[in-house]
Parts: sequence; C-alpha cells; structure tokens
Amino acid sequence: MTMRFDRVSVTKGTREILSEITLSLNEHRVGVIGHNGSGKSTFLRLFNGLEKPSSGTVRFGETEDDLRHHVGFMFQNPDNQVVYPMVEEDLAFGLKSRKLPKAEVAARIERVLSELSLTHLKDRLTHQLSGGEKQMVALAGVLVTEPELICFDEPTTLLDLRNKMQFMSALSTLPQPAVVVSHDLDLLAGFDRILHIADGRIHADGKPEDVIPAYKALCEDLDEC
Amino acid sequence: MLTDLYIPGDSLLHRARPAWKLGVLFLYCTSVFVISHPLMLAAGLALVALGYGIAGLGPRDAFTAIRPALVVLLIIFVAQLWLETLSLAAYVTLRLMALLMAAALVTYTTRASEFTEGILALLSRAPKWVPKDKIALAMSLVWRFIPMIRAQFDEVREAQRARGLERNMLALVVPLVVRTLKTADEVAEAITARSLD
Repeated sequence: MTMRFDRVSVTKGTREILSEITLSLNEHRVGVIGHNGSGKSTFLRLFNGLEKPSSGTVRFGETEDDLRHHVGFMFQNPDNQVVYPMVEEDLAFGLKSRKLPKAEVAARIERVLSELSLTHLKDRLTHQLSGGEKQMVALAGVLVTEPELICFDEPTTLLDLRNKMQFMSALSTLPQPAVVVSHDLDLLAGFDRILHIADGRIHADGKPEDVIPAYKALCEDLDEC
Repeated sequence: MLTDLYIPGDSLLHRARPAWKLGVLFLYCTSVFVISHPLMLAAGLALVALGYGIAGLGPRDAFTAIRPALVVLLIIFVAQLWLETLSLAAYVTLRLMALLMAAALVTYTTRASEFTEGILALLSRAPKWVPKDKIALAMSLVWRFIPMIRAQFDEVREAQRARGLERNMLALVVPLVVRTLKTADEVAEAITARSLD
C-alpha cells in the first residue's frame, strides 16, 4: 500500500512547519532525518492523522479520513504510550475501539507477546518495567492492532545499547512497512530510502549511502545542522 | 484507595465483581464514618483484617496503604489529643486508618481494566449525556499515573537537591506541574494515536 502526500503544508500560526510536500512512499523501511525543529516529527504525525495538513492531502491507499486505523504510531517515550497499570490490560486497551470478541483480543495479545518474546511480562506492572521492556511493550501495543504501516518517532533515543540492539532486531523482523524518524544514523543505515527534511521541505531523498553522508557533511558545518 | 496498585492473586476478593466491591466499600465507609461507636470501629477493623486475610495479603500490605498518610494521621492524632481526649484521638485516627486500608484493599484486588468495567456498571443507569467511557478511562488512568508522578516528583526533588533548593516549594512544585501537564498532553496524544478519541 502506498502513502501519498500531495502538496501537503502544515502551518502553525504564522509559521510554516511543512511546505508543499509531495511524495509517495511504498518502500519497506523509510528513514527520516533532519535537525531539531526541521519538521520531521510533524511530517511523521501526518501519517497517523495526529496532525492534519493545513493544505494538501495525505492518503494511505485510497484512505484519507481514517488513517489511524491503518497506521500504528510509536512515540519516543514509552512511559506516555503505555497507559494501563498491567501489560496485558494495556495491550487490550489498544483494541477497545475495535469491539473485538474477548477471545480474539486474548489470542492477539498471546501471539504478539510470543512473537516479541515478551510472554513473561504479561502479568507485570508496567511502571515496574525497565526502559527497554517498556519500549517493547509499547511496540506490542501497536502490533496487536495489526497496523498496515508503523511510524516510529525516535524509538531508540532513550534506550541503552543492549535495549537498542534488541529493538533493532525486533524492527528488522516486522513484516509491516515502517517509517522511522531518528537521529541514530546507524539504525537507518540499512533502510531502503532516507528522507532528509530541512526547513519544512524535503532537502534530500534517496538511498542511505547517498543521503546519510551528505547529511553528515552538512552537520560538520554547525551553522547548517 | 490511591496508595498503591493491584497485587495479582486468585482469592475470592480478586474474583469478586468490581461493581460489588465498590458498592461494599461505599457502604463500609459510610457506616464506619456515620455510626460513631467503638463497637462499630472494632467491627470495621476486624472486617478489614478479615478482607486482607481472604485476599492473601499481610500486615505489610496494610501498612503500605496507610504509609503515605502517616504524617496527616499524626497531625490529626495530636490535634485531637490537644483539643479533646486520648480516647477520642485514638478513635478518630483508627477510623481513618480503617477507611484507608479498606479502600486500598479494593485497589489491591482490582485490575484497572476491571475497575473501568465496575465504574461503567455503576454508571449504566446514568443519563445519556454523561460520558461514561471517558469517566471510566480517566479514573483508570489515575492508577497508572500515580507511580509515574511519584517518580517524577523524586526526580525533581533530586535535581533541586543538587542545586541546594530541596526546601524551596516553588522549585519543587513548578517543574512537577509543568512535567505533569506535558505528560498529560503526550498521553492524550498517544491514546488518540491508538485510535481511541
């Protein structure tokens, strides 16, 4: 399924955050890079409908209005995404609006926990989990909704090396396409496509081996990055 | 009720319907508070102890329930002792402790999701304009965010201690309120992203 942006602009007050973005994404792994305040998080939020374009259209396949039922979203801080006190309850919470039978909810939870090797956390209190465990539970919370595309907003920023590697391993096995906003260039190195956003526009768009070195070179000039 | 969280178990109390537990808690608190008699208090304390026993919980769990309120309990005891008599001070303090422990017993034996269902059951006859789902969700979120706000308070206190400001209430409260409001915004957004408007 293709995500299409057609002349999308986002304006907050008098400030234009994103300007006339037009592109189509259907690669398996897409990375988004850019300096703080460049508009990359706003760009990502458009995928799930958390942000509405001031002008232009965002479409996933033929869908324009109901994006969040197709697109999962993972936030930087899992503490804010995991909302129920127990892991099992939190995973069930994401399915509440789908009105699924209880047996189906339980089966999905079991399957996702098993796929992520998290079954041992099922009855744990979420506030007692480590940062890495919380991140994986947040991912499980997204996966139970069976999204067709998943967006990640700086998913490894708060993780130590071990948890980062565990997360990268989980990410690499996900069958769904993913769009990842990150400052972690190692994470994005093996991706299919990289978008570099600067000043609310697509500054560069291409393979990691082309875009990332150019971005690094730009960052060496501190005025530019 | 807000002192701590669910303790997993399979006792009669764990399995009881949340709406019943909330209803019994309401009746218990009203009775112990309204009927001011030492026998009522003794019965109330015995009932709480029995409840903890049935739930497989011990004195440590009961103490955990009243620990956050110890300072307040002490102030009430001293004030009553100063204004009234030792027996009245003991009575008032013990009654508050019984209420706190009874409320905590419901928390200990009820999952947040069951609590949501309990509130929804209690609100089932409310008028249509009452946002039942939102009220139940908001109440359930309290469970999740008490430990988070507690952790944030500890972090802020540490940070201000490092600056020598641990006794400055403004330095403690302002960052905590700002962080809590920011967290509330982000959580609301995460709930929206999980397709629950």
